[in-house]
Amino acid sequence: MSRGGGFRDGEAVRVKSHFKPGHVRTPFYIKGKTGWVERCYGEFRNPESLGHGGDGLPRVRLYLVGFRQKDVWDGYDDASQDKVFVDIFEHWLEPAAQAGP
Amino acid sequence: MAHEHGPGEEHEAGPRHELSHWAKRAYAMRALLIEKGVVTEEDIRQQAELTDSRTPANGARLVALAWTDPEFKARLVADPKKVCAEMGIDATTLNEFVILENTDRVRHMVVCTLCSCYPRPILGRPPDWYKSFNYRKRAVNDPRGVMREFGLELPDEVEVRVHDSTADMRYLVIPARPAGTEGLSVEELEKLVTRDSMIGVMDALPAVPE
Repeated sequence: MSRGGGFRDGEAVRVKSHFKPGHVRTPFYIKGKTGWVERCYGEFRNPESLGHGGDGLPRVRLYLVGFRQKDVWDGYDDASQDKVFVDIFEHWLEPAAQAGP
Repeated sequence: MAHEHGPGEEHEAGPRHELSHWAKRAYAMRALLIEKGVVTEEDIRQQAELTDSRTPANGARLVALAWTDPEFKARLVADPKKVCAEMGIDATTLNEFVILENTDRVRHMVVCTLCSCYPRPILGRPPDWYKSFNYRKRAVNDPRGVMREFGLELPDEVEVRVHDSTADMRYLVIPARPAGTEGLSVEELEKLVTRDSMIGVMDALPAVPE
């Protein structure tokens, strides 16, 4: 589903942990965590512009990113296969070394 | 202030009740928006009617048909908005719509940790608990505990997948079809598909024995 450039399905990614003021759709708990690209949903208007009266352009790629729960939460059952999926815009992601699901 | 109206006073002569802080604020904003010509009374009435016309029955119909018709289910998963349009369900306000199917091995559960994103055209208004801080926090870090409180004890070997709908995607869960429902019609099946089962915190209702 990827449309050239960006991250490939299955590629390991880390969520950037920087702080950005204003309307941001990257939840705090997932910052700094490593997961994998499950799929690319395409390009969407940027909420960090829309949220402040802007036009949301240029559009940015939005990914469905999967994480193992045990990698996200201290104390989550280490044997668990449970996962959490978060919709994350491309500029919040960076390549990571860890393998995918 | 002789002309200050409380909500509903123009239309009903019911007993007065105390408004919460938030309700007062909402009514004040409504009055200001009308006064400044941003929206009209009629716009608000129409939107309220639209909101009330959307109920979980829309989602229940999609799920019951998906249970009974594999070809329908395949089309629904591939292009949910197109299927909604064919069925007369107005999903045009959904940016994107994604169907998640529960199986024996994998269960999906939907939350919006940042606010209260919810597939309103399909499920109507979200329940209060969906918007609560408690659910929004615990759905991601203790989904099994949340499901347990809804009456669902999951074996360890079933994988739980929580979907945090943080952006443009809205998610609908197709719960597993209850056992013993082979003989039921689509209309009878629809009654088993609860709102909570389509959020993913519960199963569909069991079949009522004859």
